[in-house]
Amino acid sequence: MAVNKTPLYESRNKWIFSLAFVVCVVLQFSILRDWGMPWPIALEDAAFSNILLGLACWLLLNTLQYYQPTKSRFVFLLGWCLAIAAIWAALVRVLLPLVMGFDDYYTSLLSKSMTIRFDFAFLVFGCVALTSLLWYTNIEQQEKEKRRIANEKAAREAELYNLRQQLQPHFLFNSLNSISALAGTRPEEARKMIHQLSEFLRGTIRKEDDSWVKLSDELTHLDFYLEIEKVRFGHRLTTTINMDAACRDAMVPPMILQPLVENAIKFGLYDTVGAINISIQASCDNNELIVEVENPFDPETSSRKTGTGFGLSSLQRRLYLLFARTDLLVTSVADSRFRTELKIPQHDQSNISGR
Amino acid sequence: MIKAILVDDEPLARLIIKEYLVAYPQIEVAEECNDGFEGLKAISKHQPQLLFLDIQMPKITGFEMLELIDNPPATIFTTAFDEYAMKAFDSNAVDYLLKPFSKERFDKAIQKVLQQVSSAAATDYKPLIKSAGKAVQPFQRVVVRSGGKIRIIPATDILFMEAADDYVKIYTNDGSFLKNNTLSYFESMLSEMQFVRVHRSYLLNVSMITRIDPYEKDGHLAILSGGERVPVSKSGYTKLKATLGI
Repeated sequence: MAVNKTPLYESRNKWIFSLAFVVCVVLQFSILRDWGMPWPIALEDAAFSNILLGLACWLLLNTLQYYQPTKSRFVFLLGWCLAIAAIWAALVRVLLPLVMGFDDYYTSLLSKSMTIRFDFAFLVFGCVALTSLLWYTNIEQQEKEKRRIANEKAAREAELYNLRQQLQPHFLFNSLNSISALAGTRPEEARKMIHQLSEFLRGTIRKEDDSWVKLSDELTHLDFYLEIEKVRFGHRLTTTINMDAACRDAMVPPMILQPLVENAIKFGLYDTVGAINISIQASCDNNELIVEVENPFDPETSSRKTGTGFGLSSLQRRLYLLFARTDLLVTSVADSRFRTELKIPQHDQSNISGR
Repeated sequence: MIKAILVDDEPLARLIIKEYLVAYPQIEVAEECNDGFEGLKAISKHQPQLLFLDIQMPKITGFEMLELIDNPPATIFTTAFDEYAMKAFDSNAVDYLLKPFSKERFDKAIQKVLQQVSSAAATDYKPLIKSAGKAVQPFQRVVVRSGGKIRIIPATDILFMEAADDYVKIYTNDGSFLKNNTLSYFESMLSEMQFVRVHRSYLLNVSMITRIDPYEKDGHLAILSGGERVPVSKSGYTKLKATLGI
C-alpha cells in the first residue's frame, strides 16, 4: 500500500537525515586522511561521494513509498539495495576523477578503495531501506487503527440512535394518552390497546440482538403498531398487508422494516388530513425478498423533501453495512403517493444463521 | 360563558379534554378541529376566549397557527413529547399539559387560565413562538395568510424580504405576501447561511443572487435571478461577502 508521504516529510526525520549526512562526511574524511590523502582532496571526495549517497537514499525512500512488496520483501530489498549501491559506485568511480582533475595518485587510491566504499554504501542503503519500511508499516498500522476507531464509533452511534428510535417517546406518550382517554368511557378498548402496546414494545425490545427474524413475525409485529395508530387516529387510517405464499420462509434483519413503516406513518398519517391507506406488500423471487411500502403524503407541506429527506438515510446506511450494496432501497413518487421498495437478499445463508 | 376551541389531530386526545371539561359548566366547547387550518377558521368564526392547542399537527404546527392569529385567545398547549417546545414553555411561563395528563394537573391549568380570561389580559405569544422555533432549527418555511387562504412558503422559494412598517413583505416568484412581524425576527429565525440582512430594510436569500453591482457611493445592488434589484448597504455588503466566502 502506498503512503502519500516519505519519512522525510517529517521535520524530525529531516534533521536525522542531515545529521547522518554530516556524520558520514566526517567519517569518510578522517579515514581518507588516515590513508594519507591531503585534506582538501579528502574533504572534496567525502562531500561529493556522500552527496551522491544522500541522493541515492532519497531515491530509495521514494521508490519504497510507491512499491512495498508484501511477498519476499527482504529479497527484493536486498536486490534493490545492491542495485542502487552498484549504480552509486559506478557514478563515484566515473565522476570523482572528473571532479579531481584526473590525478593519477588519487585515481589509484580511488580504485583501491572501491570495495570498501561499495560495502559502506550498501550498508547505509540497507539501514535506510529497513528503517523506512518500518516507518511505512507503522504509518499503515496507525491508519488502520484510526479507521477501526472511526468504525467502532459509527457503530456505537448507530446503536444509540436505534435505542432512542425504539423508545419513540412521542408515539409512546400519545398512545398512553389515548389509553387514558379510553379508560373513562370505553375501558374494554383501553385494555385492548394496553395489550397491543405491550406486544409491540415487547417485540421491539426482543429485537435488540442481531439474529434475523421471520418476515411473517415481523409483519405481525408491525400490525400491532398499525393497530395502535388506528386507535389513535380513529377511522382515518386503513392498512393493507399482503405477503406472497412464496415468502413463508423469508427472513429479515431485525428493525429493518419498522423504520420503513414508521416513515410511512410519519408522512402518510401524521402529516396528512382525511382518510388514508398505507400498504405493505411482500413478494419473493430469485432468492430475493421485496417489500413495498406505500403511503400518501401532503404535497403542500412535504413535496420538497421527496426523494432524499424522507428520513431513510440511516436505513440506507444499515443496508450498506449489512450487504455492502446501495441499490437495495428505492423510493419513488406518483400521484401524491410515496413508495419505497426494499430488497433483502435471501440466498446468503451465512447472513441468516451467522448474525 | 367561556367559549373554548380544541385543536388536536387525535380524536381521543380531544375526548379526554372534553371529559375533564364536564366539571366546568362555564366553559363551552364551541368547536373541535383536526388541524391548524380548521383551527384558524374556527377561531375567526367563534372568537373563543380559550384555546387548547396541540403542537405536532398536519399542515401547520400549533405555533405556526398561533402566529397567524392577531389577538390569540388564552392558550393551553398540549403535547406528548417535544423537549424544545417544553423548554420554550418553561422560559415563557406559558401553561402547557404533557400528555397523558391527570385531572389534577388539568384543573391547575384551567384555574390559571380562568384568572387570565377574567382579567382579560392578553398574552403575547410571540416571544414563546420565537424561542420555541429557535431551539429546534432554522425555519424551513413561512406560513402566511393571503386573501382568505393560508400559504406555506418554503424558505428556499423566498427571494427576499422587505421591512414595511409593522409588517414584512415577503417576495417570491408567485408574488409578495405580508406578514405581521419584524425583519429582525426573520433574520434570527431563518438560516443565517441562506438569508443575509444586506440592508436595514432588506433580508436577502443569497442563493437567488446572480450579480452584485456597485451602486452610488458606498452601496451595491444585488441583482436576482428574476431581475429584481435589492439595495445592499456598506455593512450589508461586508456581511454578504462573509456569507458567500468572497
